[in-house]
Order: sequence, then C-alpha cells, then structure tokens
Amino acid sequence: MTDPSAGPLITTSAREAVPGQLRAEPLLKIRDLTVTFASRGRATVRAVDGVNLDVAAGSTVGIVGESGSGKSVTSLAAMGLLGRRGVEIRGSVDFDGSDLLHMPEQELRAVRGREIAMIFQDPMSSLNPVLTVGRQITEILVRHRGLSGRQARDRAAELLQSVGIGDSLRRLKSFPHQLSGGMRQRVMIAMALACEPRLLIADEPTTALDVTISAQILELLRRLVADTQTALVLITHDLGVVAGLCDRVHVMYSGRIVESAPRRPLFADPRHPYTTGLLASVPRLDAPRGVPLLPIPGSPSDTLPWARGCAFSPRCTRQVDACLGAPPVLEPLALPSHLLRCVNPVPPQKLLG
Amino acid sequence: MSLTAGVELAAGERSEQAGGLYRDAFRRLRRSPTAIVGAGLVLLFVFVAVFAPLLAPYSPTAVDLTDIRPGVFPGPSAEHPLGLDQLGRDELSRIIYGARYSLLIGVVSLSLGAAVGLTLGLLAGAFGGWVDSLVMRLVDIMLAVPSLLLAIGIAALLGPRLISVMIAIAVVNVPIFARLLRGSMLAQRRSDYALAARSLGVTRSRIVLQHVFPNSLAPVIVQGTLALATAIIEAAGLAFLGLGSPDPAIPEWGRMLAETNAFLASAPLLALWPGLAIVLSVMGFYLLGEALREALDPKLRR
Repeated sequence: MTDPSAGPLITTSAREAVPGQLRAEPLLKIRDLTVTFASRGRATVRAVDGVNLDVAAGSTVGIVGESGSGKSVTSLAAMGLLGRRGVEIRGSVDFDGSDLLHMPEQELRAVRGREIAMIFQDPMSSLNPVLTVGRQITEILVRHRGLSGRQARDRAAELLQSVGIGDSLRRLKSFPHQLSGGMRQRVMIAMALACEPRLLIADEPTTALDVTISAQILELLRRLVADTQTALVLITHDLGVVAGLCDRVHVMYSGRIVESAPRRPLFADPRHPYTTGLLASVPRLDAPRGVPLLPIPGSPSDTLPWARGCAFSPRCTRQVDACLGAPPVLEPLALPSHLLRCVNPVPPQKLLG
Repeated sequence: MSLTAGVELAAGERSEQAGGLYRDAFRRLRRSPTAIVGAGLVLLFVFVAVFAPLLAPYSPTAVDLTDIRPGVFPGPSAEHPLGLDQLGRDELSRIIYGARYSLLIGVVSLSLGAAVGLTLGLLAGAFGGWVDSLVMRLVDIMLAVPSLLLAIGIAALLGPRLISVMIAIAVVNVPIFARLLRGSMLAQRRSDYALAARSLGVTRSRIVLQHVFPNSLAPVIVQGTLALATAIIEAAGLAFLGLGSPDPAIPEWGRMLAETNAFLASAPLLALWPGLAIVLSVMGFYLLGEALREALDPKLRR
C-alpha cells in the first residue's frame, strides 16, 4: 500500500503549507479556495476560507468537521454547484490539469457525472420521487456514455447488481419510495459510479442511515473505490467513518483546515484541541466502563472571525492569550505531513497506538 | 399452502411496483369519503352532460302550451317531474341539457387558461431571472383586477356569445396557473434531487422538464379541479348578468336562474332547480379537489 501523503513537502505559490502534497501531480488540487456568501442587507459569511486540498488518484481523503464548518460548501464550490447569485468564489480548483472554477458551464456539465460524481446525505430526497430508479440511472448513461435503450437498461441492471441490489432488472422499475433507505443510498452510489468517475465526492453518505446499513454502505464504498482506483473525498462529521476508510484526514473548523494528517498520525497523535475534542466525543466500545463522553463545550456558532484570532478559541479548553489577535498559521509538525493550525497544541500523546 | 401465499405476495408486490407518486395518491383517494362523494357528483355531472339526449324526457326547446297561462306555472307532475318553465318547456330536460353547457364552458375555458398559464409558469420557473420578472409582473397586473370584473370586461368586449364567456373565464385562470406552477417549480428546483442530478451532469433542460416539472404538477392538478368548479360558477354568473349567449334556446343554468327572477314569488321551484344543479356540480369538483390536495400532499406520504 502506498501512502500518498508520505512525500516531502513541496512549496507552492500558496500562502500556507499544503496538506497532502504528493510526489506525483494530484488528481484534484484545490488552492486557496475561498467562498463568501453575500446577500443584500446582511453580513457576508465566509463559509470557506483559504482551503488547500490535494487528492491523489486512487486515494481516499476525509474532510471532518461539525455542521457549518464549510466542508460541504468546499465540495459544492469545487463542482461549480453553488450558483452565481450572492456567492463569491476565489482560488483555484484544478482537476487533472483543467481549472474547474473558470470552466464554461457546458464543459463543466460534461465533467460532472463522468469524471467527478457526488453522493449526498439524504438518499430519499436526492432521488426524484416521480421517476423509476431505472430511468434515473439510464439518464446518466445516455447522457455521458451515449448508450441507448436496451444497452442502457442492461448496464443499469449491472450497476445495481454491483452495489448489492439483487433482482436488479425488476428493481429498475421501482420508485424511490418503494426502496429502503440503504437501498436508496445504494442506488445513489450506482448512479454516481455509472460512468466510472475518477473522483467521487461523498457528502455525509451515511448520516441518514442506521448503524448497520451505514457500515454496509461504507464497506461498499471502500470496495468500489479499491476495485476501480477511484479517488474518494469523504465528507463527514463522524471520525469513526473516517477511521476505517481514509488515507488522509483534514479537520475543518469555521471554514479553515485546522489539522491535517495521514490517518494513523491523526488518530494516534491528534494535536489540535478541536480534533481531540471530536475524538473524545465519539463513543468507543473499548473504553473503560463508566467513563463519560466529553462533549466540546459551546456550539459551532460560537466562533471568532479568523482575522481576530483562532475561531475555535471561544470553545477551546486550552485557550491562551496568543490565540487572540492574529490568525494562527497552518504549519507542519515534526512529521512533515502532519499540519496543525494551533498556537497551544495538545501535547504529543500515545492514545491509540 | 405457503407456496400460494408466496405467489400472492409476489403478485401484491408487482402491483406495488407499478405505482408512482400519482398511483400512490390514487390509492389514498379511494379510501377517502370526501373523494368518493366528490367523484360521485362529478361523474354524475359528466354522465348527465354526455348522455343528455338519452336521459332527457323532452327536447329542451319543445314547448308544451296546454297548461300554460300567464302567471301560472304547472309544478312537478308525472309527465314533467320538475314542472314547466315560463315558456312551457320541460324544466328537467333543460337542466339535463344545461349540464352540457356548463361542462363545455368549464372544460374549454380551463384547457385554454391552463395551457397559457402553465406555459407562462414553465417559462418563469425554468429560466428565472428577467424572464421570471417579466412574466410575474404581467401576472401581477392580471391579478390586480378582480376576476369577475375582468371576466365581465372581456365578455362585454367580445359581445355576449358562448365563446366570449369561455375566453373570459380562461383569461381569469391564466395568472392563477402561471403563479402556481412557477412557485412550485422554484421550490422543486432547490430540491436535493435537482442538485443531485446537476452534480451528475444532467443538462439544465432535462432537469427542468424531466425532474422539476413533473414534481411540480401536484398543486396544478388540484387547482385544475377547483378551477372547473369556479368556471361553472363564473359561467353562471356571467349568464345571470346577461353576458352569456343571447340565444334563448340554450339552456344555460345561470341564465335559467336569471329568467326566473320575475316569477320568484309564484314559482320559486323554477329558481331552485338550476341553483341546485350549480351547487351540486360545483360541490362535486370542490370535494374532489380537496381530497386530491390531501392525497397528493407530500407531507402525508409514508
């Protein structure tokens, strides 16, 4: 197994250290992505603030954070799905040499679904209720693959089979409400993988599902990604999901990446108080009995603008004076692939070994 | 035994397979008493309208002067169950034939109004931006004029003819359908499945026509049944005001009502029959529309 994040750090034109730098040119290269929502008469909101992100072909990258940390907006902005009105997007999103942010809509549509595909959180509302799942899968095959009638239907049945839906020819005639939540998410995955995209963005793919189904879906994703060498960006708030799947993990808070590391160092040696907070709030089966879960105090809306210091400082248990005043910088630690944005990090530890 | 149970289950599942949003709504509709009463009245109305020549005991224009004297109206009798009108015509036959005109006016005006209104709504909902603003300002102007007043104006402008009544009611329906479809489409455009389709590279025209439009139709279908009811009332209203067809041979319910005005004291029943016909047919469409709205409500879906 190659660790895509083990390479030396290459300096780029971007202001800050770039997480996940690779020897080879990455498939997706996001540089200094900033998304600002502005509407008349209301304060502007900077949902994503100078995010750098690399995704290598065949690798799995996790983006972790609470609601409102900007993880979904990052992916939507990269795909050009945010719309134009009241949204300002800066930075660059490079997909295999082409700039997605400045691509004409028509070309972008040809990339979406064929080269990059997405899976969304709620499989019920993400499927059209008045069309059969067969129609919805074949639509994509017709659009991108130019298949017709019978060919498209056979391929759609194959796809359903490959995501573990039995009796697939008959299931093609089902409407979304006739399927269970897990089945619907399988259909969504089949649709996303219909054209064998090189990059798959899964936005909270298991949040709406119960635990057993969620595990099945994750296993399915893991297998498909491994089989087809598809790069996967997994957006989630659940570190447990990340632990089993990702090569590299970025922890986002209030629009910025606060900690970024390959999976093992992140879980073995989390340094940002927010990351340790997230880890402490995950229930663990191997924890001693009677040890209470430690929630992160406050709510994600208790933030400080980054310009005035660390956005997490109002909720942070390790807050010091140096946290305020200027924004902390994302810097590499002893392990160059482990980046941290914190002036008073949690001391090194060996929790999970 | 378990074998047959399995077969039955499979058959049940298959019928389930065939259903979509609308099939599902239909299944709920069949269990609703409101829908059954409404559909019954509507079916009766349509049946009477279609088979009027077979059902009516007399021609609606045949005059029987044997019992007619000024100021005397023979009430219900064996030969004439609802009596004779002021010109000695069989009231029942005229009511039965009147259903034809109500249905004709309702269907034609609804189709015209819905066709234009839905086209405008589709344009506004699909393109947004300045197209939307333009269409919606036009609609606002139309909505600013009270509907009956607008209908009266148009009917007066085009002269008292059957077709002008239809056009007048159609024009009143245009803004209602345009706004309804546009609002519904705007909501659906922001839905997750539209975003999901966009993220998979589906073209904009396909998203609008295949995904957004069919999902926006539920309120339009409901409005369609309610608009039929309103059309019947408005047709009767226009005829009552003398803006319908001037041909006295046409048995139009609104006009029949208007003509009994002078004899209300001596023959109140003659006003009751067309009034009752209007109320029952309108109520049928309203009840059906109400039940449809409930059946199609996505919040009530499992």
